[in-house]
Amino acid sequence: MNDISAALAEALRLIGSMDAQLAQIVSLSIRVSLVAVTIAALVALPLGALLAITRFPGRQALVAVLNALMGLPPVVVGLLIYLLLSRAGPLGEFGLLFTPTAMIIAQAVLVTPIVAALTRQVVEDAWLEYEEQLRSLGANTVDAALTLLWDTRFALMTTVLAGFGRAAAEVGAVIIVGGNIDGVTRVMTTAIALETSKGDLPLALGLGVVLLAIVIGLNLLAHWVKLSAQRYHG
Amino acid sequence: MTSMLPLILENLGFYAGGREIIQSISCEIAAGTRTVILGPNGAGKSVLMRLCHGLLVPTSGRVRWQQDTKAQRARRARGQAMVFQRPIVLRRSVMANVVYALRLAGIAPEECRRRAQKMLEAVDMTHLAERPARVLSGGEQQRLALARAWALEPEVLFLDEPTANLDPHATRNIERIIGAIHASGTKIIMTTHSLGQARRLGDEILFLSAGHLVERANVDEFFKHPRTPEAVAFLRGELP
Repeated sequence: MNDISAALAEALRLIGSMDAQLAQIVSLSIRVSLVAVTIAALVALPLGALLAITRFPGRQALVAVLNALMGLPPVVVGLLIYLLLSRAGPLGEFGLLFTPTAMIIAQAVLVTPIVAALTRQVVEDAWLEYEEQLRSLGANTVDAALTLLWDTRFALMTTVLAGFGRAAAEVGAVIIVGGNIDGVTRVMTTAIALETSKGDLPLALGLGVVLLAIVIGLNLLAHWVKLSAQRYHG
Repeated sequence: MTSMLPLILENLGFYAGGREIIQSISCEIAAGTRTVILGPNGAGKSVLMRLCHGLLVPTSGRVRWQQDTKAQRARRARGQAMVFQRPIVLRRSVMANVVYALRLAGIAPEECRRRAQKMLEAVDMTHLAERPARVLSGGEQQRLALARAWALEPEVLFLDEPTANLDPHATRNIERIIGAIHASGTKIIMTTHSLGQARRLGDEILFLSAGHLVERANVDEFFKHPRTPEAVAFLRGELP
């Protein structure tokens, strides 16, 4: 018990003093996850919306596959991307393995199905309501997709943030493709795993507190923005 | 521009869910008059309107507009509009809702804004122009839906029970606007549950029963001397 409280006190001191090592790790984490989620959202939002409003043979199967991909095991994704990026792999010549770019790719691959599947659900619910009106006004598929994405923007914000939470909290994939190199590819989750195994509990705990604060804080903010926006816009 | 009317239905049929919802309806609907489609619940009124508007594809027969050439068909999408029982307004301002419809119709941005302003004036909603449309009352949303449809300057306007969910005051407003749209030269084709509304707004009645067009007459004649047993029974069922 004493160990924990001592470690926690030291962790809070590290946060309070803006410890350089801790700040560096936190900022890399946020940058990697932000870029990954942005890429994922750019792909997943249109993809989810189109899947919601188009009808074609095999669509149900595709929806089922997409939903299943939400549960992609991160270590498997990490392994596959490792194989693609390694020296001997098809993308080996770009030398991306053990760089932040590799981590961004891994997180984007993990998050895209999550955002796409949740977007598909949100947009499809709206489409049921809007379909006749939009078709009556002469909207084609692309018009309808853009209109629905904009009209469900508050719900989709939560979806994208769920993706960010997943990216920032993920450890299995980024440790494989990033390598957890100090000062280069060490992010919060990989640092926590390493420091814990080394016994440096204060740094691990400090990072844990920051990670929790970011994930919970963002979601509270999103919830509040969504509520007030919906109160205003109906 | 040549007129897209009359609207010609040829042996129109629609089959869904193991049921013939519309059965071999043939008729010609002319320009000018206000046509009211009447009939009991489940007679197929809403489905008939959706077939005419092109939201549903007939399973037999066809819907034909006058001079239905390729060039006409492209223009036709803009020649008609529809207002639904439950108005669907977008999560943006009242003004933006009208502008949205005009933009989809391919109208230039400055012209959109000008026309939208004029339309909001016509339905007495100028003071609500910047309000988010989704928080308006049901009656206001339906007025917005009418303004949005009217802004397209359609040759034909379909209305599916436009006042079904509204109180008498809102209903009066909506009926006044429908009258004004008709007066501006738009053909009105509508369904209603209210016989009073059919009398007030209709010129001619198409009476549907179980998917068949069983009687067609002008309003006075239909209410005074219904010719078919189905229509007699329907009118007798009227509540005071």
